[in-house]
Amino acid sequence: MWMWVVHRATGVAIFFFLVVHVLDTALVRVSPEAYNAVISSYKTPIYGIVEAGLVAAIALHAFNGLRVILVDTWPWALKHQRVLVWVVWGLFVLLMIGFLPRHLSNVFGGA
Amino acid sequence: MTAAKSSAPLVEPLRPIRSGRSRNHAEQWSWLFMRGSGVLLLVLIFTHLFINLFSGDGVNQIDFGFVAGKWASPLWKIWDFVMLVLAMIHGGNGMRLLINDYARTPWLRKTLKTLLATSVAFIIVLGSLVIFTFDPCPTGGDQSLLPTFCEDVR
Repeated sequence: MWMWVVHRATGVAIFFFLVVHVLDTALVRVSPEAYNAVISSYKTPIYGIVEAGLVAAIALHAFNGLRVILVDTWPWALKHQRVLVWVVWGLFVLLMIGFLPRHLSNVFGGA
Repeated sequence: MTAAKSSAPLVEPLRPIRSGRSRNHAEQWSWLFMRGSGVLLLVLIFTHLFINLFSGDGVNQIDFGFVAGKWASPLWKIWDFVMLVLAMIHGGNGMRLLINDYARTPWLRKTLKTLLATSVAFIIVLGSLVIFTFDPCPTGGDQSLLPTFCEDVR
């Protein structure tokens, strides 16, 4: 039940980011100055945290999507779907442990 | 069951409930597409995030020259194009399912779905044009912002 809510919420968030992301990338067709100006705002601490949240949303949506596929197609997975929910969260935590220190040190001036 | 071959079944099988404008198997295709594109998008987007946001200097390395460097290779142009199309259709179809679930009046559903379809089409067309008409060495601006290979072109 809760994963269903998580899947919908992260999906909507990713969709709206995607629209914005195509629009900001489209600025490469306007001028290098325009693109660099907008992208520089992505390098600020606030956006850095938003990016971390975005990566978190994508990771959760992706891993839970795999769980949904397994549960749909594999009787064993259906029987053990509660365990698989914990596997999703486990993979998510591992990915964030790998990603966050590096990303946050990039954003908060480790370079 | 073999004996009942000629007689009518005891229980009439439930007919699937259909809206006025039903397209055969459209929802099965939607179901299959979400799963197929989902797996592909996992590979495409995780790689995209790894290259752009994790390796090198992460988000700090991204600027016009970085994009130009990537799109100098047809591989990344096609990669980004496939990612754009699949992600917009996958996300748009997901939003359609949410509209079906939460928009209560037919008028609201119609309006939201029209808006959604227009936005998805617009983003796919815009994104594709940006990828395939991209000019890595535009003239007139600050030349220091351009990738280094532009000097060889001139």
